[in-house]
Amino acid sequence: MRNLYFFIVGIAFGIIMIKSEAASWFRIFEMFNFQSFHMYGIISSAIATGLIGNYLIKSFKLKDLNNNSIEYSPKENTVKRYIIGGSIFGLGWALVGACPGPMFVLFGAGFYSIIIVIISALIGTLIYGVLKDKLPH
Amino acid sequence: MDFIFNSWPWYISGPLISIIMFLLIFNGRTFGVSSNLRTICSVCGAEKLSSFFNIKIKDHLWNLIFIFGSLVGGYIGFNFLSNSNSVEISNNTKLILESYGIKSYENNYMPSELFSLESLDVNNIFILIAGGFLIGFGTRYAGGCTSGHAITGLSQLQIGSLIAVIGFFIGGLTMIHLLFPILFL
Repeated sequence: MRNLYFFIVGIAFGIIMIKSEAASWFRIFEMFNFQSFHMYGIISSAIATGLIGNYLIKSFKLKDLNNNSIEYSPKENTVKRYIIGGSIFGLGWALVGACPGPMFVLFGAGFYSIIIVIISALIGTLIYGVLKDKLPH
Repeated sequence: MDFIFNSWPWYISGPLISIIMFLLIFNGRTFGVSSNLRTICSVCGAEKLSSFFNIKIKDHLWNLIFIFGSLVGGYIGFNFLSNSNSVEISNNTKLILESYGIKSYENNYMPSELFSLESLDVNNIFILIAGGFLIGFGTRYAGGCTSGHAITGLSQLQIGSLIAVIGFFIGGLTMIHLLFPILFL
């Protein structure tokens, strides 16, 4: 049952990515050229509603569906890994116009050449895992 | 029903994305797609190469099911819920695209010059491999992607996520404004 839940939430996510055009290379290209508010509107309205929801969860100490308290794990207190790793990701995001979610959504939509991006992203993740201890974090 | 079949405005799409995040949070999970790349590496036996991949796959199975769902959602959204493949980009964007020789923005969700199977030449394969590698390496280095940092992290006012998102834009703007003219002109 629970697996079905995540499957259905995933389907909804895929549909939203397609219909919002956030999965389109054209929209990412447009965003980095500052030629439309669309992508900034999506990201900032998602953050705004997220802020309100997280505020309500914390204020009312809401529990999840299994009656466990909702915990937020703080990100590490460092700059290097975020700025270096983030910049590397940004280069790739702008080049192929897809972040990890839309990659899979686009494959489902029938853009099969995106499988090259997916496999290559897996190799990138693998190389990071191997080099991790030698990189500045 | 046109409002479903047309492209969805940002003020609908953004809040819907945060609802996805809360549907996961209220099930004791978090919204972060890129960690699936690590899980898939682990499933393929990458723990032999690095202890970084020594994770309990069972704990991450839900997220693999989630992205499999998103793949099905992509199929449904693209084939059954859209009355046009056009992306409503601005006229200025179209002019910039034309300066790069990309003319497929009418009636295409993705530029066919880069993504159609017919256009898969050495150049394009290189671009797709390079882009994918940077995404996979960078997201794990930064500990998250757009979903984990830009949406989840910023809506929790996490400083680390803010720095990561600034990084996303340093990389993205460098690619579009400094490297694109070299790669595509």
